Amino acid sequence: MTWWSRNTSSQSRRDLALRWVARASSVLSAAVILLIFLFLLQEAAPALANIGISRFFTDTSWHPLSAQFNLVPMLMGTVLTTLGAVVIATPLGLAAAIYCVYFAPRGLATWYRRLIELMAGIPSVVFGLWGLVKLAPFIGQLGGSGQNLLTAMIVLSLMILPTVMLTTCSSMAAVPPELLRGGAALGLNRWSVVRRIVLPAARGGIGVGILLATARAVGETMAVLMVAGNVVEIPTSLLDPVRTLTANIALEMGYATTAHRSILFASGLLLMGLVACVALVAEVRKRSPHEL
Amino acid sequence: MNSETRNDRLSLSFSRRFGPELATVLTGIPALVVAGMFGWILADILYHGLTQFSWAFLTSAPEDAGRQGGISTILVSTLMILGITLIIVVPVSLATAVELAERRSRSVRFDRLVRRSLDVLAACPSIVFGLFGNAFFCVYLKMGYSILAGGLTLACMVLPLLIRTSEQAIRAVPDEYRHAAASLGLSRWTTLFRIVLPAALPAMAAGLVLSIGRALSETAALIFTSGYVTRSPESLFDSGRAMSVHIYDLAMNVPGGNPRAYATAATLLIVLLVINGIAVRLTRIAGLTLNPSLEKNH
Repeated sequence: MTWWSRNTSSQSRRDLALRWVARASSVLSAAVILLIFLFLLQEAAPALANIGISRFFTDTSWHPLSAQFNLVPMLMGTVLTTLGAVVIATPLGLAAAIYCVYFAPRGLATWYRRLIELMAGIPSVVFGLWGLVKLAPFIGQLGGSGQNLLTAMIVLSLMILPTVMLTTCSSMAAVPPELLRGGAALGLNRWSVVRRIVLPAARGGIGVGILLATARAVGETMAVLMVAGNVVEIPTSLLDPVRTLTANIALEMGYATTAHRSILFASGLLLMGLVACVALVAEVRKRSPHEL
Repeated sequence: MNSETRNDRLSLSFSRRFGPELATVLTGIPALVVAGMFGWILADILYHGLTQFSWAFLTSAPEDAGRQGGISTILVSTLMILGITLIIVVPVSLATAVELAERRSRSVRFDRLVRRSLDVLAACPSIVFGLFGNAFFCVYLKMGYSILAGGLTLACMVLPLLIRTSEQAIRAVPDEYRHAAASLGLSRWTTLFRIVLPAALPAMAAGLVLSIGRALSETAALIFTSGYVTRSPESLFDSGRAMSVHIYDLAMNVPGGNPRAYATAATLLIVLLVINGIAVRLTRIAGLTLNPSLEKNH
């Protein structure tokens, strides 16, 4: 770490300008999130004040044009799709990451990692297109149109898999090599080393990865919008269509006015709060020293 | 307690007998499933997209709601949105990254506040950016559905990513460089622009390229800020449709739009593949410029 004291001769006018520009920029960058929060709050305020949060749960249905604002089906949609995606992606991602780091031949592992990194950057709309055109008809053979909860879960799990895998890989790579060598010296084979040493040591990091993946699943819009069917009802089976909070915003923002628009902003605020909490918990846990 | 140790011993002997082979199979199959699904997606988009693809597709305007014709106007809109985003986001994130990486000793609390804010910003769902962009840029600042509003919304969105990658790039420059500069009596300005930033350039470029990829992938934040209009935008205040929005609209709202949606998706995918390749290459170059010894040793 290097710093210059304030009163050395190197403190020229350009340095001063540089300092203020840098300081102003970082204030601006930090203020963006505050600005987003304030504007969402301002737009959501009429709904929160005049309609009240309780009516989001007690109204008979979601018919915003006739002032019925029951958000429960959308909440359930978000919870169910997210839960399903995490349940599918966690074991798959963990196993694949373990394979990639400890069992795959080296050249294969490099390419595998590169594929996963690439998939992390694929637009959600492309996942959605594939899900809509290829996966939905496939799932549709089980019954219904194929645009349903199950399809949404699968597409969403594919989208969060890279997050799970990449964080798992890096937290496993962060396990001190002495531990591995110690295990090997005690005569443990590779699988035992992974199960008894690596996984317990990397548990914290893996947990953070799953949290981040959950946040991503909650906030995902386009892919879910394209494959979930978007019918406002609480699904009773995996083959029922669902509508998530995010999809609801994307579908109705275009024509929503007054109270309706305000409610969409309120649900945006809810999403933001939810995801921000998860992200903060993840960040705090990532930095805590207990992780090993 | 006793039974647990017994179980442990049993599972230990079990894993010793079947250990590596069984474990390789048990973890290899999920890995294969994941790779298979991803391979299916990539192959599907590229195969069906590229059979539709031609030079004329890139250079002609969409017709019949996008069922016919190409995506030239869409490309123009996309590039204009991207341009706005970069013009805003590059200087701001560069300066913020310098603040965070080079002045760590000044105020820990301020740094932590900025970092936390950026973490939350990075985690915000894209639809939230769409809502915000609509309320702030389109309505409050009266930009309407426009390229400008879309670009500014995207700028807010890629800001945390670009700041983080730039900060890491600057931090990766060895402190010896700064010590040497300080011992020569160079000012901060000179140290930064002549020594630190040039050394950090490849890694920063990799971050920039990744940010461009992120901006190109975005859909939900653009639908309600830059809008749907397929015409070629005449100014920054016109509405314009980005590629990802075009894919969405063709697939969902235009019956018979799937072939063109596939072709657009393949175009976008190829651009992203190139971007990914460039980023990987740049990261490798960055590793070599900062640690030339690595090359000799390995």
